[in-house]
Amino acid sequence: MKAKEFGKKLIGKVKHFRLTRSVFSYPYIIFMLIFVVTPLVIVLVNAFIYDGHFSFRNFGAFFTDASSLSVLATSLAVGVITTVLCFVIGYPVAYILSKWSSGSIIVVLIILPMWVNFLIRTYALQNIFEGIGIKLGMGTVIFGMVYNFIPYMIMPLHTTITNIDKCYAEAAQDLGANPVVTFLKTTLPLSMPGIISGITMVFIPTISAFAISELLSKNSIMLFGDSINLKFTNQLYGVGSVMSLLMLVLVLISNFIIGKINKGEAARNLW
Amino acid sequence: MVKKLAERGYIFLILALMYAPIVMVIVFSFSNTTNFTFPDGFTLEAYKSLFTSAPAKLWDSLKNTVVIAVVSSVASTLIGSIAAVGIFNLKPRVRKVVENINQLPIINSEIVMAVSLMLFFSTFAFPQGYVRLIIGHISFCTPYVVLSVMPRLMQMDPNIYEAALDLGASPIKALFKVILPIIFPGIVSGFAMAFTISLDDFIITQLNKGASTGIDTLSTYLYSSLRNASGLRPLWLPVFSIIIVVVVAAVLIINLRSYKKVGTEKEKKNEKSR
Repeated sequence: MKAKEFGKKLIGKVKHFRLTRSVFSYPYIIFMLIFVVTPLVIVLVNAFIYDGHFSFRNFGAFFTDASSLSVLATSLAVGVITTVLCFVIGYPVAYILSKWSSGSIIVVLIILPMWVNFLIRTYALQNIFEGIGIKLGMGTVIFGMVYNFIPYMIMPLHTTITNIDKCYAEAAQDLGANPVVTFLKTTLPLSMPGIISGITMVFIPTISAFAISELLSKNSIMLFGDSINLKFTNQLYGVGSVMSLLMLVLVLISNFIIGKINKGEAARNLW
Repeated sequence: MVKKLAERGYIFLILALMYAPIVMVIVFSFSNTTNFTFPDGFTLEAYKSLFTSAPAKLWDSLKNTVVIAVVSSVASTLIGSIAAVGIFNLKPRVRKVVENINQLPIINSEIVMAVSLMLFFSTFAFPQGYVRLIIGHISFCTPYVVLSVMPRLMQMDPNIYEAALDLGASPIKALFKVILPIIFPGIVSGFAMAFTISLDDFIITQLNKGASTGIDTLSTYLYSSLRNASGLRPLWLPVFSIIIVVVVAAVLIINLRSYKKVGTEKEKKNEKSR
């Protein structure tokens, strides 16, 4: 009896199935589930499998291995320094360009070199450093990172600063604030969404960058991205998966923060 | 006055730093060396050797790069444009979930994407070589197509589609005669984006090409040459210069065209308001 009822329901459902336009999204959804979501799930599963059994030993192996931890520490340090430098250099650029009428064209010019493959640009940098006699090492790696990722800082900053209502700054000035106080109390806080997205857009690619630190330090400095690659080439799938998982969690957290801040911003604009 | 000058100087300095490495490559492509010196003065030797003594591998990798970029960007554009129309008509809650999944390949770091695809392909024993590379490229190019078609759909007046149906067009005809022309600019820019991203990709190709297949794209071939103990051959510099000139010209043309369009649209609006 029950089977019959179920069958009837099923037939009813099939009859209700019409070629609505939302059906067009199904092939893509299936494609994404197979080729984007499943691979990430496999990484997750691999992180918890040791010798064919469920275990936390891969996590243990990563968090007790001194060399892995030092790679993590170096990556975080390089990431923080690069991000700070990008901000300190990039904010004035975005701020100045927001006042120019030709600002957005110059932003395009700043972004333009990014379209040239990063290996070519890194090779050129390496040659320039060697040509002027600068020793390849930590300094050159950080220079290379800033050079590669500063457009990601300038782009969102320029967009937010250009969209800030000039009234706030004018009001502050009318009320007697000097230019420095005006900037610190109006423009800087109002450009927070751009600052946050700039920071994450620089920090995450820097620590997961692959090949840049290798080429600019003659293999002496290894970052998290290079280390993940090395683990997988050495067939250490478990530990490699743990590291990829860490990276993924970091990406998701930062994306969540950006989403929250942008939402808050939208709400504030409404009022 | 001094402040203005300082501001201009600062922007000029940043631009100069951004372009210095690229300009150096082009300048020294005329020196027939790779260590950025001019031992024999200005010469076209390196360019000549490109056509006389270039390794077959260079042309092979160029061919692979273009084939993979064309196939995967055409496939991404088809899948992505059709999907965008579908996603736009999903129920809001489902749509939110799908849009988040669509974001994944864009926000995720490339190395994690590459590693997860590598594990996936080897777990399910996908055939090595082109199949893996093209599937991989489609999976990270399509989200960009969806993202560039979506705004077009949102700007569209839904009444136009309804009007076409009321006037007797079949849903399929209305799709092709009404929706497609409206979203077409989004499809074109999505295709351009997918094509350049695929051309430029290094990490995902490097980890999924499979060592035994011997397939290389330009970027992976360059990477292995860079790691080669004997260093690069001089003929790489002309290759770089050609790539730089083509890329910069293409991006400039696309951007200038969009500026012109915005400009003329603004002018039209001004004329109308008069």
